Amino acid sequence: MKVKSLADLKKIKSDVQQKIKLREQGANAENIVQIKVAMATCGIASGAKEIMNFIIEELDFRGLDGIVTQTGCMGYCYAEPTIEVVLPGKEPVVYGFVTRDKVMEIIDKHVMKGELVDGIIPVSYKTIDE
Amino acid sequence: MNQLSLHILDIVQNSIKAKATLIEINVDENPAKNIYSIEIIDNGNGIEPEFLKTIDNPFTTTQTTRKVGLGIPLLKQNAEQAGGSFEIKSEPGKGTRLKAVFLHSHIDRPIMGDIAGTMTILIASEMHIRFIYRHSTPLSDFEFDTDEVNHELEGTPINHPDIIKALKSLINENLDMIEATLT
Repeated sequence: MKVKSLADLKKIKSDVQQKIKLREQGANAENIVQIKVAMATCGIASGAKEIMNFIIEELDFRGLDGIVTQTGCMGYCYAEPTIEVVLPGKEPVVYGFVTRDKVMEIIDKHVMKGELVDGIIPVSYKTIDE
Repeated sequence: MNQLSLHILDIVQNSIKAKATLIEINVDENPAKNIYSIEIIDNGNGIEPEFLKTIDNPFTTTQTTRKVGLGIPLLKQNAEQAGGSFEIKSEPGKGTRLKAVFLHSHIDRPIMGDIAGTMTILIASEMHIRFIYRHSTPLSDFEFDTDEVNHELEGTPINHPDIIKALKSLINENLDMIEATLT
């Protein structure tokens, strides 16, 4: 549906509220995945914006609840776009060189089944001068 | 960086880091004066005069994770390459105002690109910040204010995927109506 004005927006508001109610009954609000996309100059120049929009679409397409937000540069400029995935109760995992295909793999395996996939930047990684 | 919408997404991160609660983005298209300008105004912490002097130096950054900061130098370079100008003014404690002017007809003026996508990422990620986006063309003006949107939504989260989709459509339809030059 085309939304042209705030009045149009108001019309879809009640549908959304209905959806939220249904989901809240099914899932625990704390039980959802959090994905942060590094959105500094390095990330943006490497396509982080497209990746973030794609993650939002893919989670929605699969009917998964998730919080997708932006974050600053994590220092892995060479590996942008980078994303941080946090499953409830688990340690954060950072993936580098994220493409659309990688997003699908991360959602299918990591987010849905808890299996780690290739492309993780190890937490022990330090830059040379540290 | 080959789109103004990406530069905007990048530069606004500085305003977010400066703890702004109001960020205004003004785009002005004026083919008669051969101008395409973007202006970003925030009410954040502002920049100390000493730091401001070297703000367009790539080795000036507040980052701790790396030693270079390319956001402002890249925008400045693009503006100057497109026959335009770049200006940044700031007052500590009050906020910062940045303006990049491009020649409308210049072959090196980056396209605006997906500005609706930029705005929805910012809106969904920084829900505590009020964003105002204004775009004016010779035909008309469009103003988008997250305060007005939140008022209409009456508590429905603005970052819900369906709302994001609707806001993207709202911005694109309105920019289409005022015949904004995005590509």
